[in-house]
Amino acid sequence: MISEIGSFALLLGLAFAIAQAGLSAAARLRRSSVLAAAGEGAALASFAGVAVAFACLIHAFVTSDFSVANVAANSHTEKPMLYKVAGAWGSHEGSILLWCFILTGYGAAAATLGRGLPQGLKALMVAVQGALGSVFLAYTVFASNPLLRIANPPVEGRSLNPLLQDPALAIHPPFLYSGYVGMSVVFSLAVAALIEGRVDAAWARWVRPWALAAWSFLTVGIMLGSFWAYYELGWGGWWFWDPVENASFMPWLMATALLHSAIVTEKRGALAGWSLFLALGAFTFSMLGAFLVRSGVLTSVHAFAVDPKRGVLLLIILAVTSGSAFALFAWRAPKLSPGGMFAPVSRESALVLNNILLAAATATVLLGTLYPLIREALTGEAISVGPPYFNLTFAPLMAALAVLLPAGPLLAWKRGDVRGVTQRLWVAALAALGCGLLTLALVSPRKALGALGITLGAWLVAGAAVELAERTRAFRVPAADSWRRLVGLPRGAWGMTLAHLGLGIFVLGACFELGWRGEAAEALPLGGSLDVAGYHLVLETVGPREGPNYESERALIQVSKAGKPICTGEPDRRFYPAGGQTVSGIALCYRGASHLYMVLGERRKAPDGTPVWLIRAYWNPWASLIFLGPVIMALGGLTSLSDRRMRLGVARRREQAA
Amino acid sequence: MRLRVLAAAIAGLLCMAAASDPADRLPDPAQEARARAIFADVRCLVCQNESIDDSEAELAGDLRRVVREQIKAGKSDAEIKRFLTDRYGEFVLMRPAFSWTNLALWAGPFGVVVVGAGLLAATLRNRSAEAELSPEEAERVKRLSESDAA
Repeated sequence: MISEIGSFALLLGLAFAIAQAGLSAAARLRRSSVLAAAGEGAALASFAGVAVAFACLIHAFVTSDFSVANVAANSHTEKPMLYKVAGAWGSHEGSILLWCFILTGYGAAAATLGRGLPQGLKALMVAVQGALGSVFLAYTVFASNPLLRIANPPVEGRSLNPLLQDPALAIHPPFLYSGYVGMSVVFSLAVAALIEGRVDAAWARWVRPWALAAWSFLTVGIMLGSFWAYYELGWGGWWFWDPVENASFMPWLMATALLHSAIVTEKRGALAGWSLFLALGAFTFSMLGAFLVRSGVLTSVHAFAVDPKRGVLLLIILAVTSGSAFALFAWRAPKLSPGGMFAPVSRESALVLNNILLAAATATVLLGTLYPLIREALTGEAISVGPPYFNLTFAPLMAALAVLLPAGPLLAWKRGDVRGVTQRLWVAALAALGCGLLTLALVSPRKALGALGITLGAWLVAGAAVELAERTRAFRVPAADSWRRLVGLPRGAWGMTLAHLGLGIFVLGACFELGWRGEAAEALPLGGSLDVAGYHLVLETVGPREGPNYESERALIQVSKAGKPICTGEPDRRFYPAGGQTVSGIALCYRGASHLYMVLGERRKAPDGTPVWLIRAYWNPWASLIFLGPVIMALGGLTSLSDRRMRLGVARRREQAA
Repeated sequence: MRLRVLAAAIAGLLCMAAASDPADRLPDPAQEARARAIFADVRCLVCQNESIDDSEAELAGDLRRVVREQIKAGKSDAEIKRFLTDRYGEFVLMRPAFSWTNLALWAGPFGVVVVGAGLLAATLRNRSAEAELSPEEAERVKRLSESDAA
């Protein structure tokens, strides 16, 4: 019964989304505030409908109602509760329903929160959001309803892929989708602005909070996925330049570019067309990501819940929505005003360079992801584009961006002063060079490229510190004055500093980990040992252990350094009888920011007949920074989002001024 | 399609770095390091986007054996890669070749930088040209400032 209620609520959600689009569009045409209010009400109702449907799906998973096809295919009675709930978005149908839930949620939020917007613009935004909701809800209702029943319910479900039964991955889709779909509001605002024909500082300010929220969610979502790959796939890598990773990375790069270009549009009225383009692009890449991941067009290590037939439908949705938006852009954008002037050396120029490099980085990822498909379609020859390609293209672009970054916030608007910036930054440059030279001198083996990476990371961190010191006039005015300035800094400034600092921390971690990771593997008998990066690992025991829904063989490894015991690692190999799969559970031993990473491999027989186990251990120095960096970046985004200026509408400020 | 599902199942079952297996290692550490560097550049053909360094699939094991044997036989990295591409096509290498057919792939990102920088330079020049005053305007400014001073 509950799942029928869910299906009905989903249908209601679709009906209200269509009503939302129609009523709001009519409101704009007739300039009627009654119709506009009706459209906003429909947005809330649509959200309520989808929320009920989503709650019904979760209920079916929690109660293991195997008469629902989706539950039978993806759940199991013995699964822990967290993964029963997470199973609701572990499949294609469920994840699309999650997408719709978040999409209508953003629609309802935009309808409620956008009070400062001009009526016409707001009505159009709600209408576009309703149109997007209608399209995706129609797809869910007619092609991918997760609440459908099956005629002969099985006694037991087929369970979720054990690789996905992991806390980080359980919460990964909600974060990732909140990021992807958050771009829909930015997209709707851009389409509305194009129809209205007005893109000004106020528009950029309205876009900013939505872009910030979506970007922060996406940052955390990507980080969670990367962390999952790090400890679940069992070979210690955290980024593979895999198509599925790339699919989430492209909207992130676009959104990052948009956050920066929107500043120029807000403060100086320039780059309006480009900001619009990025706003449309960010959601387009989000939809492209959903299509690439869900359609199985590309082979990937993370491809789960793939369905090629429905991929075509998703591709049509992508082509129609983005195609019409970009057509509108091509028609209306040339009429936008060019905005204020600026000198070659200025904050504007720095932000434009940031955007050029980020656009080129997006192009790299896009080409690397789609070129094999294009080339195979055109010539019939298959090629692979793997990490070596990205190391040669993406890495230098990002390095250039990192070199320029600390100068950007120190440059003045309109006309910057090169000498002033160098005077302020030489301390940071000296500190960064010092770190690089120290790395060369102290860390063995000596690696020039790794040391260069450390220099860049230190440059970013020191640059953020200099920027903060500059704002508080530290060391130039009395400490109490500096403190007062520090406390009084707007949250937006803090947000930027945090985000740039987070990037620096990420670069430090990534370069140190990639440059100096250690690896050792041996087939060990009980009591046998192996050494990695100065750590001595002894295999003590291997024994069976019962998990909630798996059986496992678990090893106990004693780790010591220079004779002193450090920690014990308990890696295991899990067998999930429900799906018949084997998964390795790794053990991490944290040493400061570094990880000792232990994996239990297969059991073998030594030549003399005693059993041996393949034990692999990795030393991943500073690996924690790789995941800490993005968290700090996302915190920066949220801090900036909490800035007072975001809540005070421009219109109200104008009233106050008058 | 079935093959792909099968490959996914294999990948799910066996996704563990296998290249470090001590049983297969070459006795000479320098040669082994060379082998590992090549593994990272060679795709496991039946897997989901994995190098043979990472994959435990049977085919990856076979390819690793081939590479190690050729290194032992004294072949150079380039020769080994050529051997692999002759057999399996360009698909087997993780790094696409620098060839005319891949021009868009390799040059595309840097093309974006060049075009972007060009547009920026053009905008800056146009804007500064607009910003300059015409002779009449300059004359008027001069007269105004003179009358101010007077």
